[in-house]
Amino acid sequence: MFETLSDRLTTVFSSLRSKGRLSEADINATAREIRVALLEADVALPVVKDFIARVKERARGEEVSQALNPAQQVVKIVNDELINILGGETRRIRFAKNPPTVIMLAGLQGAGKTTLAGKLARWLKAEGHAPMLVAADLQRPNAVQQLQVVGERAGVPVFAPEPGSGVGDPVDVARRSLEQAKHAQHDVVVIDTAGRLGIDTEMMRQAIDIRDAVSPDDVLFVVDAMVGQDAVNTAQAFMDGVGFDGVVLTKLDGDARGGAALSVRHITGRPIMFASTGEKLEDFSVFHPDRMAGRILDMGDILTLIEQAEQAFDAEQAEKMTSKFASGEDFTLEDFLEQMMMIRKLGPIGNLLGMMPGMGQVRDQISQIDDKDLDRVAAIIRSMTPQERSQPKIINGSRRARIARGSGVSVGEVSSLVTRFFDAQKMMRQMAGGMGIPGMPGGGRRKAVKAPKKKKGKQRSGDPRKRAAGRQPEEQPAADAAPQGLPPGLGGGQGGLPPGLGGQLPPGFQMPDLGKLQGRKKK
Amino acid sequence: MEYLIVIAGLVAVALVVGGAVFLRPGRRAQRPPVEPGPARGGGATAVDEAEAAAPTIERAPPVEAPPPVVEIEQPPPGAGRLVRLRARLARSQNAFGKTLLGLLSRETLDDDAWEELEDTLITADMGAAVARQVTDDLRTRVQVLGTRDPAQVRELLKDELVKQIGADLDRSLATEPHGNRPAVLLVVGVNGTGKTTTCGKLARVLVGDGRTVLLGAADTFRAAAAEQLETWGSRVGAQVVRKDEGTDPASVAFDAVRQGIESKVDTVIIDTAGRLHTKTGLMDELGKVKRVVEKQADVDEVLLVLDATTGQNGMQQARVFAEVVNITGVVLTKLDGTAKGGIVVQVQRELGVPVKLVGLGEGPDDLAPFEPEAFVDAILGD
Repeated sequence: MFETLSDRLTTVFSSLRSKGRLSEADINATAREIRVALLEADVALPVVKDFIARVKERARGEEVSQALNPAQQVVKIVNDELINILGGETRRIRFAKNPPTVIMLAGLQGAGKTTLAGKLARWLKAEGHAPMLVAADLQRPNAVQQLQVVGERAGVPVFAPEPGSGVGDPVDVARRSLEQAKHAQHDVVVIDTAGRLGIDTEMMRQAIDIRDAVSPDDVLFVVDAMVGQDAVNTAQAFMDGVGFDGVVLTKLDGDARGGAALSVRHITGRPIMFASTGEKLEDFSVFHPDRMAGRILDMGDILTLIEQAEQAFDAEQAEKMTSKFASGEDFTLEDFLEQMMMIRKLGPIGNLLGMMPGMGQVRDQISQIDDKDLDRVAAIIRSMTPQERSQPKIINGSRRARIARGSGVSVGEVSSLVTRFFDAQKMMRQMAGGMGIPGMPGGGRRKAVKAPKKKKGKQRSGDPRKRAAGRQPEEQPAADAAPQGLPPGLGGGQGGLPPGLGGQLPPGFQMPDLGKLQGRKKK
Repeated sequence: MEYLIVIAGLVAVALVVGGAVFLRPGRRAQRPPVEPGPARGGGATAVDEAEAAAPTIERAPPVEAPPPVVEIEQPPPGAGRLVRLRARLARSQNAFGKTLLGLLSRETLDDDAWEELEDTLITADMGAAVARQVTDDLRTRVQVLGTRDPAQVRELLKDELVKQIGADLDRSLATEPHGNRPAVLLVVGVNGTGKTTTCGKLARVLVGDGRTVLLGAADTFRAAAAEQLETWGSRVGAQVVRKDEGTDPASVAFDAVRQGIESKVDTVIIDTAGRLHTKTGLMDELGKVKRVVEKQADVDEVLLVLDATTGQNGMQQARVFAEVVNITGVVLTKLDGTAKGGIVVQVQRELGVPVKLVGLGEGPDDLAPFEPEAFVDAILGD
């Protein structure tokens, strides 16, 4: 797992804490780190270079030298610039005055055009239009059938006069589709074309012919979020060939950082209009530039985490947990097991932890936790009797031996699990107290409680300083005032923690970010 | 409110489970990184078979394949395909080769030149770290040898790249049947990399080499995936085992292997649905497919299909798939475009899983065995 940009920059800047200004050398060192971070996120090299030049310029300015924490400030600049580029101009589908509106999809093979066509049609239908899908991918075997099935699922008619798999003329199909749409009173026509390479002049010619035949109101370039450095070449080739008005980013549900979004936007200047985030037809949304920026920089993505959670958890379970939590009831092993199983559904544990902001510096440890550890712990808990689960205190030597036998681990593992569980329990109790559950406090608070917790996980001892850090928010009833109000308190707690999460965690930068996310979430 | 629970839960889990890790670093340290145990074991058998299996793709085909049913195409054998690989690669990647050579033949190789070289490698998706290492190694060697001759520097660069790609890995496909059991190939990968197409092309290669092939359409998720595979199968006269959409893919795979054993085919190729490696449920499903197949026959090859356009995320994909189904080879597809597929360098370095095949286009015969030397040669331009 790669380090996050914020971690990298923190390392660079830690050496110059005492200095007031950034020297040229500092800026260069910073630029190098940003460069690597962007390259690892698959932003294309020429784009990275331009981008760095801009960031450098701003970094030399006043705003950084006067900032209390230059690292935060630089990350903020990078983030701002990213959002600027990604979201500069937004765009919606341009509906034609005289229907039908024609939307044409183009892209490489396997970018997800056919699936996207279905999603787009479904979305248009939900918006009150009467879309029609056109099967102009006559190249790939059975692409026509695929579109038919997709259309059926979306409840949208499909115009497929040719059988496909190499038979028929897509230009002709596209042309005839317009008549059909007029005839059948469809106001939007979505044309799915075959996947093609940018350098395949013959196929590009065909795409241009289709375009000329139907003069689409919008040509959408479909690109996969996993694509690497080649994004620039491909985008440029499509821009020069068929030309496009907007971009759709697909497969955003994976863990690719999606630097391609930035590359395509930067090279072609065309806005990213939609994001496709899953295999189901409803996994389709308008593009959020700020989320994408955070993702490219790998700055923990709480929002995605929450969204995943919402998808995976059933409401009833969550409700139960919440009320349990709110009432400050003791957290039992049973609850823990349930929670752990819920979390498992979300995906590999390492990924989830990586998504939490501020976890960057414990990345090494995180990357060592895998789902097998979860399974092992689950096995231990499942070997306990219900009574033991609700009252772990009764677990004595002989019970421990039995549990160990039952779950195939050593007695030591059982006892260390129990000890750690007590720590966690203590913490949960503190949290329940500190959260003031009903009011649903601002994001900052949650984060504040979270950070110390994690540290505790590392050290695992009953260090009073940490407890103090954990309790901090409790003592600040008005904690939702401003997230920025927290860092000093937090910092104090952190200062005393030797390994990993030393005082360099840049909470200031993560806090506002988190606050922003929460804000958006609410509206 | 759910977030609270999620976060709390996550932290608790991190604490309790993670704590276990922090407490016992020794346990982890002792563990080999990628658990190569079974892989090596599999590799060993593969080596035995490799002798026999090698001809399937790399050498001249055995005599004429049995006269197929009328209307079934007789695909050309696998041999000689690499020639085309070169032609294709050269078409798209000459620019890359030229830049490299242009850089290296400068009068003085200053820092800028080296940096540009590094950039060029990065542009091939090799990743920042690998690019840096290759550049540094090359730089050291050039300094040590005091070479100024561009041709020589080019040789050195070629060596360096070949070394990175791993010239000595076994790249043959184990497609030879074992006695009365067919060889089983499982094709896996994320969505849209070309799994079904690869299955179809691979079936053609094998049929061209005189094998009987059965295709298992275990992609029961994507619309019309089974039809797509059937189209491929009918072109070369391979049987296709399929079921309705939404059936358990493991049951399709099981039936495919059973039918393969009953009808005594040589090779069973199972196409699976594309799945993002982050979807735990789907990855578990894939694990199940493999386990179920193993009840009847060993899975000889698990081929991960990677798209040459894939960036750094390819590494993550390979890592997760390797963990779940223990991939034995990589198929690099869509190499006929402008993408260079440099990510495979990282995959081979880190996981030791060799690229075995490359896909070079949409034509039914655009699949060739991978050869590192030729690959690098093509990249550098002849």
